[in-house]
Amino acid sequence: MQLMSAIQSAKTQSAKTAPALLELSADNWRLAILVGLVVSALAVVTLPASGSFWVVGAMSALVAAAFAVNAYRRRYYGGLLVAPAIAVLFVMNIFPLLWSLGLSFFAYQSNLQSIRFVGLNNYIKVLTDEVAAPANWNALINTAMFTVCTVSVQMIVGFLLAMLFAKQFPLRKYLLILVLTPMMLSVVASGVFFTYYYDPTFGILSYVINSVAGGQFIVMDSKAGAVAGIVFADAWMWSPFVMLLVLAGLVSVPKYLYEAAAIDRVSAWRRFWSITFPYIRGLLMLALLFRTIEAFKLADLVIVLTKGGNDTMTISYHLIRIANEQNKTSEGAAISYIILFIVIVLTNLYLYVANPKNREA
Amino acid sequence: MTDRVSFLERIGFRSAGSIAEAGWGRTLVVAVVSFIYFLPVLFIIFTAIKPQGLALSVPPTLSPTSFFGLIPDQFVFTPTLDNFASVFSRVMTAGGQPESTGFDRFFFNSIVIASASVLLALVIGTLAAYGFSRYPLKGNDTYLFIILTTRMLPAIVVIIPVILMFRAVGLSGSYLGIIMLYTAFNLAFTVWMMKSFFDELSTDVEDAARIDGSSEIKVFFKICLPQVVAGLAATFVFGLILTWNEFLFALLLTGPDTRTVPVAMNQAVSSGGRGTDWTLLAAIETLFLVPVFLATFFLQDHLLRGVTFGTVRK
Repeated sequence: MQLMSAIQSAKTQSAKTAPALLELSADNWRLAILVGLVVSALAVVTLPASGSFWVVGAMSALVAAAFAVNAYRRRYYGGLLVAPAIAVLFVMNIFPLLWSLGLSFFAYQSNLQSIRFVGLNNYIKVLTDEVAAPANWNALINTAMFTVCTVSVQMIVGFLLAMLFAKQFPLRKYLLILVLTPMMLSVVASGVFFTYYYDPTFGILSYVINSVAGGQFIVMDSKAGAVAGIVFADAWMWSPFVMLLVLAGLVSVPKYLYEAAAIDRVSAWRRFWSITFPYIRGLLMLALLFRTIEAFKLADLVIVLTKGGNDTMTISYHLIRIANEQNKTSEGAAISYIILFIVIVLTNLYLYVANPKNREA
Repeated sequence: MTDRVSFLERIGFRSAGSIAEAGWGRTLVVAVVSFIYFLPVLFIIFTAIKPQGLALSVPPTLSPTSFFGLIPDQFVFTPTLDNFASVFSRVMTAGGQPESTGFDRFFFNSIVIASASVLLALVIGTLAAYGFSRYPLKGNDTYLFIILTTRMLPAIVVIIPVILMFRAVGLSGSYLGIIMLYTAFNLAFTVWMMKSFFDELSTDVEDAARIDGSSEIKVFFKICLPQVVAGLAATFVFGLILTWNEFLFALLLTGPDTRTVPVAMNQAVSSGGRGTDWTLLAAIETLFLVPVFLATFFLQDHLLRGVTFGTVRK
């Protein structure tokens, strides 16, 4: 006990009293906030956006510095250490998210000056409007289909690959890196090369099929073919990711469990479900979660392979078109939030299923 | 303290004895599968050393050597290194002189932007992870979940406001803007992963040092940090793979001076109206693959640890 109190006192020494509001000291964060607010407000009113940004930034830095000195002098190490990460995430992720949430309630186009509050009209428009909504729904349904197809293929292929690598054998390290390489490729290059593999005239796939079956074979000609082509390319690139996760689980199964199962002559099927599966269950769910989130973002591969032709438009690509090419900013924001809602619901569903506590019910 | 078996040992990379052994038979099977899986990459690499005219030949040329007669002569081409030279300098207009393509600059940009943002995320994220692990705040788990949530959000949700924000303050097309953005995107898993490494360390040594009068700063740098070097390496590689190939943000937020290779590659391939220059694309991608491939290979053992995002601990 003496030891613990010694550690505690070493960690948190006597707290100093806070400085008065107008006292000029480095840890007076109240004064810093006051000065920062006044100067920022003046700058926003008098300067253009590009100038006032830097003034507001400098004032934020001033306040942050005061907080940092205060936290260090009073030994709030937790807050001091965490603050930079929270600050970066706030500026680059959380603030933009709140901004786009706000935009989704306004009628705003980035190439026009006008801005007008319309409440929920953007959401109603993108979901029910006779002109705009069918394309959105279609892209959403396509995305759902792509997600189901590509994630299930990745899970199966990734799982089988992991089973192959789950034992120690000569040259394992070198063979593993070969399988990991597709993940490291740029989607631009691998996507464009897949258009070559699928090409009806020059492509390898059609060359092989033509010489075996005869006749002209065009992979990307129908919707089914185009979807299969995109799913194949995506699954090829990202199955190694699933493999890494499953592998980490597979090799963490204690060997004595298998030895015990061998003595009891347990069938291979039973051995898998009773011993192996519980160890990889969480990781499989994690892989499923990450790949589903990624599959919702599927856009670049579609842009390269079909440009949305043959009814392969996904919601991410559709959103890029609406927001960036057609400048319909607030409609894009509304669609973003609908996507976000779906992903959060899915995420929580997965996390609920993955949580062992909820399984017994 | 409890006897801790390190994760790497548990998954059998350091000590081969800890997972079931298989012989050369398994190697043969896995080699065949791995080779087939690797074929599309191999084809890109081979295309990079093909003479330009042979890229679209029918039948396709497949290999620079016949492998002692295994591959029929019609599929064999003579390798060349010209494509790599033309990545950096080539004739852009008919009959003109070779011009610089600016790809040296784009490679430089990619290296600067990827390494700066990954390293920045590593510094900020490691500090935060140490804070979350050693000095829990009120609502520690809530903060951690918020950080993880930013990773779960689809990137497109933040694209629109980030574009608007960057345009408004003049950050679009600058190094600072894209580096900060990538840093934020790397932060989530950096924090989660490094926290799990710090959590696994025994605090005995730290407490002993505190009693001996070491400052908190010294405890962090001299005692904790040296023990998580493997974790730092793994986080670095994983962030590098993600950032290196990022396309959408780079397309929308980098200017002519800060363009990264994936964006420039897309433009080099799709511009000019003469169709795709396959050998050039393959050469760019092959060069672009080298740094991240080497990094992954040398830090492969740690990567397996990193990919679980530190969420799986037994």
